[in-house]
Amino acid sequence: MNKNEGMSLIVKTITRLTVGLILLFGIYIVSRGHLSPGGGFAGGVIIALALVNLLLAYGTRGLKKFPLMAAEIIETIGALFFILISLFGLILFGVYFYNFLGTGRPFNLMSAGIILPANIAIALKVGAGLYGIVVALVLAKSLMEKK
Amino acid sequence: MVVYLLNFVLFGCGVYALMTRKNIIKMVIGLSIMEYAVNLFFIFLGYKTNGQYAFPIFFSDQKISFNQMVDPLPQALILTAIVIGLATTALFVAIAIRLYEKYNTFDISRIRRLRG
Amino acid sequence: MNNNLLPLLVVIPLAGAFLTAFLGTTLKENIHKKLLDLLVNLSSLGGLTIAVLIATTVFNSRTILTYNLGGWMWPVGILWRVDALSIIFLVTVNFLGFMATLFSVGYMEKYTDKWKYYSLFLLLIAGMNTVSITGDLFNLYVFLELTTIASYALVAFGCEADELEASFKYLVLGSISSLFILLAIALLYGYTSSLNMVDISRFLLNNRMPQSLLTLITTLFFVGFSLKAAIVPFHAWLPDAHPSAPAPISAMLSGIIIKVLGIYPIVRIFFNIITPPAQFFKIFLYLGALSMLVGVLLAVYQWDFKRLLAYHSISQIGYVVVGIALATPLGVAAGLFHLINHAVFKSLLFFNSGAVEYATGTRDLHQMGGLQNSLPATSGSCLVASMSIAGIPPFNGFWSKLLIILAAIQSGHYLIALIAVIVSIITLASFLKVQKYAFRGEKKFGRYHLPVGMNLTMIILALACLGFSLIMIPKFYTIILDAAQQVVVAGPAVFSNL
Repeated sequence: MNKNEGMSLIVKTITRLTVGLILLFGIYIVSRGHLSPGGGFAGGVIIALALVNLLLAYGTRGLKKFPLMAAEIIETIGALFFILISLFGLILFGVYFYNFLGTGRPFNLMSAGIILPANIAIALKVGAGLYGIVVALVLAKSLMEKK
Repeated sequence: MVVYLLNFVLFGCGVYALMTRKNIIKMVIGLSIMEYAVNLFFIFLGYKTNGQYAFPIFFSDQKISFNQMVDPLPQALILTAIVIGLATTALFVAIAIRLYEKYNTFDISRIRRLRG
Repeated sequence: MNNNLLPLLVVIPLAGAFLTAFLGTTLKENIHKKLLDLLVNLSSLGGLTIAVLIATTVFNSRTILTYNLGGWMWPVGILWRVDALSIIFLVTVNFLGFMATLFSVGYMEKYTDKWKYYSLFLLLIAGMNTVSITGDLFNLYVFLELTTIASYALVAFGCEADELEASFKYLVLGSISSLFILLAIALLYGYTSSLNMVDISRFLLNNRMPQSLLTLITTLFFVGFSLKAAIVPFHAWLPDAHPSAPAPISAMLSGIIIKVLGIYPIVRIFFNIITPPAQFFKIFLYLGALSMLVGVLLAVYQWDFKRLLAYHSISQIGYVVVGIALATPLGVAAGLFHLINHAVFKSLLFFNSGAVEYATGTRDLHQMGGLQNSLPATSGSCLVASMSIAGIPPFNGFWSKLLIILAAIQSGHYLIALIAVIVSIITLASFLKVQKYAFRGEKKFGRYHLPVGMNLTMIILALACLGFSLIMIPKFYTIILDAAQQVVVAGPAVFSNL
C-alpha cells in the first residue's frame, strides 16, 4: 500500500500536533452556540474537517483509528439523541419540543434551555456524517482503481 | 441596489456553468454557485438601510437596542438552507462517482441510454 | 387530545428511520432482518392509525386542529394546522405508505442492504406527513427538501446504469426547482416580514402587493412546484425516474409524492395565501389540458411496462390540474377526488408491474405473455386497475372523470371537455394493449408463488378501487370532498377565524 502513504514527514508531524487543537476549537464553537455565532452545524463541520485532516495526511492508514462503522453509529446516536430531547418535552410537559431546562442568568453557559443539548446532538450528527461522506467517497474511488 | 445586481450576476454565472458545460463535476459546481446566490439574496433582505446596522448579538455591557440590529431570522433560515445544499451536493458527487464506474466517462453527452 | 397526536405523526416515522439505521449498522445481517421488517411495518401502521384517528375528529366535528410547536404562539413560532384539505393528503400518504412497506417485505429481497432502503423510506413518510399538516412556509420548504433528497437516493437505489442516469436527471431538475421555491419564499418574506401562512394572507388582504412583484412571486412558485408535480413543460424527469426506481418506490413516487409535493402547495398557496393575477388560472388550465394530451400520446407507443405507466401518470395529473384550475366548487372537488383515485389505482398498477418483474425478470411487453395463469392475484388486480384508470363504471376512476368533464362543461370550456373524453378513450386503448400482451396470449411462464405481503397488498388495493367509489354517496361526499373544496374555494378568507 505504498501509494496510500499520504503526505511528507513535515505534514504528518504538524498534523499530529494540531488535530487536537482543531477538535478543541470545534467543541468550543458548538458549546457557545447560544452566545455567539456558530452552533451545531458550524462546529460539526470543523470537527469533521479535523478528522479529514488526519485522513489526508496519513492516507488510508489513518482510517484505523476511526473507521467508517464508528462514524455511522455516532451519526445515528446523534439523531436519536435529538429526537429524545424533543420527546422529553412531550412526555413531561405535554408540549412537543418544549424548553424544559429553563433559562438561567443571561450570558452564562447554562442559559437558553434545550439549545445546548440540541447543538451537541447536531454537532455529533453533522461531524460524523460529513466525515462518513468523505471516507465513503475515498473508499469508493480506491475500490474503483483496484478493479 | 448594486449588491442585488451583483448577486444576480453570481446567479447568472451558476446558470451559465450548469447549462453550457459537459463535465458532470462542472455541473456540480454550477449548481452550488446557484445555491450560494439564492442564500446570499435571502441574507441581503435582512439588512437595515438607515445606517444603523449592528450584528444581532447581545453583550453584557452594550447599549445597542434591538431596533438597530439587522434581522436575525434570515440568518437562521439560511443555515438550514446551507445544510440542505450540502446534502444535495454530497448526493450529487456520490452519484457522479458511481456514474463514472458504470459509463467510464464524466461527459454528459455520452450518458444518454434512456430516451423515447 | 387529538391536538397532541399531531407531533406523533412526525416523530414515529423519524425515530423509526434512525432506529432502523442504528440497528442495521450495529447488528449482523441475519439477526436484524426479521426485526427490521416488523419494526418498519409497525411504524407505518402507527402512522396510519394516527391519521385515521385525526380524520375522524376533523370529519365529525368540522374543526380545525392547530398545534403550536414548542409552546410558542403563532406569528413567533411554527404553527401546524390541519383542516379538511390537509386531511385528504394525510390519510392518502399514510395508507399508501403502509401498503408500500407491506409490499417491500417480499419485493426488496432482491436488493442488498435492505435497512438502508427502510431508513430512507421512513424519512420519506415523515417528510410528507409534515408537508401536509404544516402552516408555516419555511417548515414546508425544509420537509419538502427532506422528502425530495430521500427520493433522489431511493431512485438510484439499485445502482444499475439506468437508475443512476435517471436519478442524476431528477436531481438536477429537482434542485433547480427547489431554488426557485426558496427564492419565492425569500421575496414573500421580504415583503410581508412573516413566514406564517395565516399571517401572510391576513397581511396581503390589507396591503396589496405591487403587480410586478406579484407576477414574479407567482411565476417562481408556479415553476418550482410544477416541476415537482410533473406538469407538461416540466415533465422531463418523470419518464426516466419512475421506471428505474424499485417498484414500491415507483408506486410512492407516482402515487403520492408528485401530489403532496406539487399539487398540494399549489392549491394552498394560490388559493388561500396570495391571489394571483387573473391570467394565472387560464394558463394553469391550458397547461393541464396539454399535459393530458402529451402524456397519453407518448404513452401509447411505449413497450416498457413501467415507462408506459409513468407517461400515464403525467396524463392523469393533467386531469387533476384541469379540475383544480377551473376554480369552481364542482371542479375543485372533482380534481381532489381524481387525485385520491389516481393514488390508489396508479400505485396498484406499479405494484403489479413490480410483481411481474419479480416473477419473470423483465419489464418488456414483448417478452411477456399468458401471465393470467401464472400470477392470478396480479392479473385480477391489474384488470381492476386498468378498468379504473380508463374510466369504466362502477370503479372509482369513472366517477371522478365524469365529474371533471361535467365541471368543464359547466364553466363553458367545451374544448377541454372534449379533450378529456378523447384522452380517456386513448387511455383505454393503451391499457387494452397491456392486457393483451402481458396477461392474455400464449403461456410462456409457469405458475409462480409470490410472497404473502405482495399478494395481500394488491388485493387490498383492488378492493379499495371499488370501495372509494362509495365516496359518491351524498353523506360521504359532503363530509370529505365538499368540506375540502370549501376550504379551497373560500380563498384567503378561510384563515379569518383561526
